[in-house]
Amino acid sequence: MRPILMKGHERPLTFLKYNREGDLLFSCSKDHTPTVWFADNGERLGTYRGHNGAVWSCDVSRDSMLLITGSADQSAMLWNVHTGQRFFTFNFDSPARAVDFAVGDKLAVITTDPFMGHTSSIQVKRIATDPEDQTAESVLVIKGPQGRINRAVWGPLNHTIISAGEDTVIRVWDSETGKLLNESDKELGHKKPITSLSKSADGSHFITGSLDKSAKLWDTRTLTLIKTYVTERPVNAVAMSPLVDHVVLGGGQDASAVTTTDHRAGKFEAKFFDKILQEEIGGVKGHFGPINALAFNPNGKSFSSGGEDGYIRLHHFDADYFNIKI
Amino acid sequence: MAAKLRWGELDEDDGEDLDFLLPPRQVIGPDENGIKKVIEYKFNEEGNKVKITSILRTRKLANARLSKRAVERRSWPKFGDAVHEDVGSRLTMVSTEEILLEKTKPPGTKPEEQNSGVDPLNPSTRGAVLMVCRTCGKKGDHWTSRCPYKDLAPQPDVFVDKSTSSDSVAPPTTKGTYVPPGMRDGKGTERGGTDMRRRNDENSVRVTNLSEDTREPDLLELFRPFGSVSRVYVAVDQKTGISRGFGFVNFVNREDAQRAINKLNGYGYDNLILRVEWATPRTN
Repeated sequence: MRPILMKGHERPLTFLKYNREGDLLFSCSKDHTPTVWFADNGERLGTYRGHNGAVWSCDVSRDSMLLITGSADQSAMLWNVHTGQRFFTFNFDSPARAVDFAVGDKLAVITTDPFMGHTSSIQVKRIATDPEDQTAESVLVIKGPQGRINRAVWGPLNHTIISAGEDTVIRVWDSETGKLLNESDKELGHKKPITSLSKSADGSHFITGSLDKSAKLWDTRTLTLIKTYVTERPVNAVAMSPLVDHVVLGGGQDASAVTTTDHRAGKFEAKFFDKILQEEIGGVKGHFGPINALAFNPNGKSFSSGGEDGYIRLHHFDADYFNIKI
Repeated sequence: MAAKLRWGELDEDDGEDLDFLLPPRQVIGPDENGIKKVIEYKFNEEGNKVKITSILRTRKLANARLSKRAVERRSWPKFGDAVHEDVGSRLTMVSTEEILLEKTKPPGTKPEEQNSGVDPLNPSTRGAVLMVCRTCGKKGDHWTSRCPYKDLAPQPDVFVDKSTSSDSVAPPTTKGTYVPPGMRDGKGTERGGTDMRRRNDENSVRVTNLSEDTREPDLLELFRPFGSVSRVYVAVDQKTGISRGFGFVNFVNREDAQRAINKLNGYGYDNLILRVEWATPRTN
């Protein structure tokens, strides 16, 4: 395959997200400007100007009209996907990290980093149908986990919120009361900070990637460990194919160590694993920095990766990819 | 088939447009194979009526299914920075490089090599790559004289026996049959004892154009039938652990080395044609 290279960002990529139909690709970067691209040919559709800090993550509503972004400028913003206009700004006391719309797009979860004496928190905001009526108040604030909460996503039927972060523990919270319902097993769980979390297409299981050089597959409801994928470098990003039983891990050595070693030793490939057999299928090379973000097109026929090198690489799979046998 | 009308001439003939005289355009099909027949009539340069029959195949695009919304979004106007995008800015480019989903190496080639580098018995000397044991082939673990596997190494005379018996069989020990890399490595432990002998640089043979997967045991297996081999060495990139594609084989007897060169120079090994020659002695 010949990947499409998108060089719209001037700084490292942080997050990638496809909309539901898979025709738009949203990218977040440390350069303050989330960008939307056409997911078929990589043409840039527009940018969302207004943030004043690195943008850590984003989510798009089911109808692809509303975009939410979380940024290090201590705010999360709601945007009109179509025009790039800002609808609303949620202000916080510390940098916003993860954002995720609930099923139905009526609620959104936003996590904030520990900062200047403030501890990290998970906040639930109500999203108004009409942006005019949007308010800033939180429906629920959860505090407790130590360190950054790198990802927080909604569980089945919006009953739960699943969070993971620097303290290596995956937690399941009641989304109404904020009570801690479940915690991942310390023995089985990750040994180093969890960098990424990605749900399967049906939400029945999810995968976490960690700096302990592994990715783990968990059952969403029971939080039991299903599979472990071991690789030889820290995992910064994970994604699951919605079409075939493959998972992709992206990562690489620490960005600060890149210049000190041979480029072939950096291992900046996106590694494909068989989801069930936990065996490595192959790698897709190309980035010259660690991979920070991975996303699968909802149709499963393409995926994109965003790297520390500022490039997004959009890969449309060749036909033979779908016939790989181990 | 008529020649295509040229637009220049069309303009000139503007005055006498006689198209209304022509029979109407006819379209037959498309049939179940997607083949469509179009019959058109035209006047050519000389003013003669020409029938043009074109057979077209309409192919269904596999992924033409796009949601209505997505099609609508396709025509959305650009916004933000994308509005003032220069044509020459080339933000989106198709890679000039063909990128493949690279299969991982078969188990036993690289991972095993790496494992052997880190010995659980003596982890303190990890990373000393120059330290290669000539008895067991371990890297960065111990010096040859301190090899803990010295006693386990097979007796050299056993090894010589083997080589003489297989002498007549000539190189094709590895030819038709594929030996999995794991097996090769296992056999590799057979070599050894003889490495302790005095190095004889005079009977050194250089082997180039080796494949990346070729390891020392493979080379030994290839050259052993020609006579006693005293040293096998494959150059390995220290950073990546990948073979650099050349190696050296030392023979005890010069005649054996000469026979190996005669036989194996130009020999096809692992999809590559080997180049085997006398190693030029080091200048220092």
